[in-house]
Amino acid sequence: MESNKTKRTNLFKRLLAMPGFRSFISALACILIGLLIGYIVLLIINPEQAGNGISTILKNFMTRNSEKLRMKSFGNTLVKTAPLILCSLSILFAYKAGLFNIGAAGQYVLGAGASLYCALALNMPWYVCLLAAVLAGALLGAISGAFKAYLNVNEVISCIMLNWISLYAVNSVLKDLCPIGYKDTFTLASRNPSAILPKLGLDGLFGNTSVTIAIPIAIIIAVYIWVILAKTKFGYEIKATGYNRNAAKYCGMREKQNIILTMVIAGALAGLASALLFLSDFSQWDINQSSIPAMGFNGIAASFLGGLHPIGAIFSSYFIQHITDGGASLDTRFYPVQIADLISAIIIYLCGFVLFIKLKMLKASGSIPQKRPDMSADIKPASENKKGGER
Amino acid sequence: MRIILTGGIILEGNRNLSGAESFDQSEYAIEMLNITKRFPGIVANDNITLRLKKGEIHALLGENGAGKSTLMSVLFGLYQPEEGIIKKNGREVRISDPNDANALGIGMVHQHFKLVEIFSVLDNIILGVEPNKAGFLKKNEARERVVALSKKYGLRIDPDAKIADITVGMQQRTEILKMLYRDNEILIFDEPTAVLTPQEIDELMQIMRNLAAEGKSILFISHKLNEILAVADSCTVLRKGKCVGTVNIKDTSKEELSRMMVGRDVEFVVAKKESVPGDVIFRAENISVASKVHSGLAVKNVSFQVRAGEIVCIAGIDGNGQTELVYGITGLEPLQSGKLYMAGRDKNGKDIPLSEITHLPIRKRSRLGMSHIPEDRHKHGLVLDYSLEYNFILQTYFDRRFTSPAGFLKSKAIREYADDLIEQYDVRSGQGAVTPTRSMSGGNQQKAIIAREVDRRPKLLVAVQPARGLDVGAIEGVHRRLIEQRDAGHAVLLISLELEEVMNLSDRILVMYEGEIVGEPDPKTTTVQELGLYMAGAKRDKNGEE
Repeated sequence: MESNKTKRTNLFKRLLAMPGFRSFISALACILIGLLIGYIVLLIINPEQAGNGISTILKNFMTRNSEKLRMKSFGNTLVKTAPLILCSLSILFAYKAGLFNIGAAGQYVLGAGASLYCALALNMPWYVCLLAAVLAGALLGAISGAFKAYLNVNEVISCIMLNWISLYAVNSVLKDLCPIGYKDTFTLASRNPSAILPKLGLDGLFGNTSVTIAIPIAIIIAVYIWVILAKTKFGYEIKATGYNRNAAKYCGMREKQNIILTMVIAGALAGLASALLFLSDFSQWDINQSSIPAMGFNGIAASFLGGLHPIGAIFSSYFIQHITDGGASLDTRFYPVQIADLISAIIIYLCGFVLFIKLKMLKASGSIPQKRPDMSADIKPASENKKGGER
Repeated sequence: MRIILTGGIILEGNRNLSGAESFDQSEYAIEMLNITKRFPGIVANDNITLRLKKGEIHALLGENGAGKSTLMSVLFGLYQPEEGIIKKNGREVRISDPNDANALGIGMVHQHFKLVEIFSVLDNIILGVEPNKAGFLKKNEARERVVALSKKYGLRIDPDAKIADITVGMQQRTEILKMLYRDNEILIFDEPTAVLTPQEIDELMQIMRNLAAEGKSILFISHKLNEILAVADSCTVLRKGKCVGTVNIKDTSKEELSRMMVGRDVEFVVAKKESVPGDVIFRAENISVASKVHSGLAVKNVSFQVRAGEIVCIAGIDGNGQTELVYGITGLEPLQSGKLYMAGRDKNGKDIPLSEITHLPIRKRSRLGMSHIPEDRHKHGLVLDYSLEYNFILQTYFDRRFTSPAGFLKSKAIREYADDLIEQYDVRSGQGAVTPTRSMSGGNQQKAIIAREVDRRPKLLVAVQPARGLDVGAIEGVHRRLIEQRDAGHAVLLISLELEEVMNLSDRILVMYEGEIVGEPDPKTTTVQELGLYMAGAKRDKNGEE
């Protein structure tokens, strides 16, 4: 987090002592290990095509035949990257305050419900829909935050329950907003084009009508979150509360309000995430779905892979979306359809080890803090716990 | 006679004088020879030699950051030294992790106990080495052994009490029994007296003597000279990572030890002038505070006042309501009843006359001019994962000095302020202002808190055990700061468990016992014995204070 002035002396150890460098290397290591295991799985299923398979996953849109198709496919990946960036920001923001916002998934769901309801039932323009999603997510975050602050209810528990409540609530609210006989909601283009996010010519650039200002919005917000956390008084308070709630109280911070506010912001980010996806009119809500969309959970992996840094989250989110889409274009003649999800799940799973590798490097750099046991407490393998069941 | 030269070279004279047993091939239980351990930018242990004889109590003395902890971590296999070897019973051994140390019979009572709070004493003792048959615990067998051990060494415990419910002293005895239960031969006590009352300290000293008499070898890490002189047979002194020497306790004195440790003469009593008390700065009227541990009141109907220019000390044995009293005064916990008044200053530095602060939030009290050096520096005093500079601004980060009107932190101003405090208060750390606070030694962490709280020029300084965990040199510094505060016309409320500190610093002494103020002995005429009687509840003034 803090700026580092590197000198040329003993470069490697100095690099290792830099948090940014450690994050980068450990993320890279996780990716490589994940790809290796993925490759092994491909080898087991079909040895001849494994090389091709792994390169398809890594190349993603690059495998398309024409420049035009490549751009279009690249656009699709970007459209799904934007919400992932926001989900991962939601998780890392809460994490800085010592909260584990597993509820990003539910806040995402409620955000989708709110924005689609405003768009399809109330015929609102895009900015109102966007705002509705943000507010819905924030509200859900506030509930978990208030429970945590005033009743000390573990936020993971309350979030998981709210996830399911949100899912079924949204399913039932949106059930009348589908074409007859279909399980997906109306497209915005068919019902209310004003709810589609402005494109500012980006659609032309990519030759893809789904590319909207969602992507620049996501990047701007990531930078904004970074500035808040690193440079402002508010970020100072949030992090102090996260690191040591007692010390925050001791120095007169309103730690309860800070906890709620953190969850409100985290919820707002997750709510905005879904609005960015659904208001791009890229996909529709399936009112029959009985599992919570993975986007919020993938945000956990993305935030950890990105070293819990807002700027890192941009890149890690893109990478995860990139291999997920790449996996989807695997040749189904040689591999079962599920293999795409399996491979990306393995890689995402390994993202949980980022902190572990970081700790190892910290030891290697020789500047290990004296209180050893406390360091390992930083590693919360929650992302792994979650991934197993939810994907 | 053993003569020691700086640099850790030991010239052996007549070995027999020290009464070595020779049932094994070596008279030493553990020898750490020429240990060198480097960290980036610092040599934590520079060619240190430490030899622990069988059946002796060997003190390891040194200032904060002198390398004691590093040396013990090497012995425990937590660090690998760059140079040097470790021998047990004369045979060279390799200790690559704590399991190796355990296997060699090395056990340690840590400064912060490693106990499971919700488990019973017995469960804690057998944890990890539970006697069992096919997976089923054989607790009776364990209980018999534990009871036998506790009788043998005079370690009073209640095997069925929960850790959360027993005194710190009993928790420590549980830790000792843990080592004995594992048949450890070499027992390391890491600043064991820091958390104990005077009576418990005496008891611990006796326990240590019993253990040594039974043939256990003890390494006693401390910077309390009186205790070392009372209990140890010999003492190795470290200073700034180097071994200053090893001395026989019989042949040394407090002055010599402190000179070896600090490198200069130390004044044990800081000179102070007669106090000139001014206006009342703080007044507590009949305040009561709920207890943290039981459902009743920890502070019962306490009244007192602190005037400008005086140090009022609340003395008493730990756990008699001092913690809760401070929580009530500083606003960490609400009062059950009673009122608090304080004369502070407003934003522009103008004095505000004595007014009620009973319901003010912590931040408002702090801005009025109340500083608080907390009892538990890790729990309240510091955000350990923040850099040193961020901890320096913990109470003032919102100030215009450090935050722009738009809410941005002024990193340059923060850095300058931190560098200034580091220099003024001699806070030592590896990387200066950007050092992760967690990596600093306990004493320097404490210095950082003191710097932060004193630098705010508080109208009322609430200092709870400010010298806790500091070495003599640093204690002298802290005491000087407190007296400076007093002489500058500020009010100081000192809460201390150390009788010596109470006697040296106080202008007035209030003794707390079971949540009440039971007496106000005159610091000029009172004795340690009299204070002890008050503290034990054996004596009380007719109507408490005033």
